[in-house]
Amino acid sequence: MIETRRLKKSFGPQRVLDGVDLRVEKGESVVIIGRSGGGKSILLKHLIGLLSPDEGDVLIEGESVAWMSERQLLGVRRKFGMLFQGAALFDSLTVAENVAFVLQREGRLTESEIGKKVDEALAMVDLGGTQDKKPAELSGGMRKRVGLARAIIYQPQIVLYDEPTTGLDPIVADSIDQLIVRVRERLEVTTVAVTHDMRSARRIGQRILMLHQGRIHFSGTPEEIFQSKDPVVYRFVNGVSDPKEPHF
Amino acid sequence: MNGLATHRVLGWLEGLGRITLLGVEAARSLISQRVDWRGLTYQLYFIGVKSQSVVLITGAFTGMVLCAQTYFQFHKVKMDTATLAVVSVAMGSELGPVLTALMVAGRVGAAMAAELGSMRVTEQIDALRTLATHPVDYLVVPRLSATVLALPLLTAESIAVGILAAYTVGTTLLGIDHAYAWHNMLKYTQPQHVVMGTIKAVVFAAVLALISCYKGMNCREGAEGVGRATTEAVVYSSITILISNFFLTLFLTRLLGA
Ligand SMILES: Nc1ncnc2c1ncn2[C@@H]1O[C@H](COP(=O)(O)OP(=O)(O)OP(=O)(O)O)[C@@H](O)[C@H]1O
Ligand SMILES: [Mg+2]
Repeated sequence: MIETRRLKKSFGPQRVLDGVDLRVEKGESVVIIGRSGGGKSILLKHLIGLLSPDEGDVLIEGESVAWMSERQLLGVRRKFGMLFQGAALFDSLTVAENVAFVLQREGRLTESEIGKKVDEALAMVDLGGTQDKKPAELSGGMRKRVGLARAIIYQPQIVLYDEPTTGLDPIVADSIDQLIVRVRERLEVTTVAVTHDMRSARRIGQRILMLHQGRIHFSGTPEEIFQSKDPVVYRFVNGVSDPKEPHF
Repeated sequence: MNGLATHRVLGWLEGLGRITLLGVEAARSLISQRVDWRGLTYQLYFIGVKSQSVVLITGAFTGMVLCAQTYFQFHKVKMDTATLAVVSVAMGSELGPVLTALMVAGRVGAAMAAELGSMRVTEQIDALRTLATHPVDYLVVPRLSATVLALPLLTAESIAVGILAAYTVGTTLLGIDHAYAWHNMLKYTQPQHVVMGTIKAVVFAAVLALISCYKGMNCREGAEGVGRATTEAVVYSSITILISNFFLTLFLTRLLGA
């Protein structure tokens, strides 16, 4: 369904992706973990064609998207939903207009049908009653959930989540994890999620990939990763750092 | 030094090429995509209606000062009644289109660059793309078409107000004979002056909307990037308007006659 081949990307002298090979099957749920600044968000943006690689290729259902023009990509992107790390809501539109964006532009449903869908989607992320607010009036966690509603309301086949539960309280985080799992099961959605939160990774992921130094360093089931003796993986999973002395 | 100069020239040419490509993409989108009436109406309101005060003041005071200064000089050679003819031709084919476009560039161009720039910086443009919407369709085309529709009307308005203000000042304050002044004005103002003004307004509108949208959509990271995009949008639009005005005058005069 989703495949990358030897994907490389640099920003100036900094090589962020250094030959990433990954494969995600249809209906599968994969979690990508890795250090902050390790290139996880950049990798997600390549999957949906927001960035083009310096080298390598990205295949969506066998179709190479890395070198498509923006217009050709629009058709491919209709299969995708994406939740951005910073939610990226349109701040000139209300919450309801944000969530309804794709449905309204496609114009296949009537206003009242769209309104009903939006209400359902917002209720699903526990945000009923915020329809007429502007994104600026919401908290960070609320914005993230609006972003989630916007990404799944049009029933995409693939959903990319960039840190879906970061900045949410544990209870809401749990409900979002469950929502992601239910969306996958109910709609057979292919899921790729980036997260730092190992609890959430275990709940969402059927398979966990670790991105380290621009490559996939480890790939395995949650059990395998939690039992791994690989030092890089072990330290990430258990949160072990080299303590630094403050010298002021 | 030589390397730096080459680098700058290449950078400038690249920018020009990209703006042209943006224009081509926008034209293609305009033909092939559904019209976004909502976006267009909003932009028309913002660009057309909200620019009224700026355009009226620009037109009126330019007309008045032009009338006064022309009169002071013409009075010396006893050509008082030709004053309004000069005002009307100059306003109609040069000052009206240029000054209106410059004022609109300052107001609307800056707003476009700042808005699109902050959308880019906060990943809203990326979000738009993931929602299967081409940024040119949703952001550039409504702004471009609204500017191209509104600016000629604003220009006509500013010219009319300018001439009216000049007539009032000339006949009351300066004591020019109104019948002769009016007659001479109609005699020396030709249809091609009006046509020239209108064509210029359309070109300036496209130039300023495309440059401002381009600057916004290609803005660098952060608040500083947005600030810079805004400044550059206004500066580059204004300079392009002034330079292209000269060449348009030469070209259109050839085409239409003086
Ligand atoms: N537009 C850009 N220009 C230059 N460098 C960039 C750009 N975007 C990202 N980077 C660099 O790429 C690297 C990876 O960024 P990315 O956002 O993918 O990290 P991440 O793994 O998502 O981190 P986090 O977990 O903190 O979100 C970072 O070191 C960053 O400095
Ligand atoms: Mg990230």
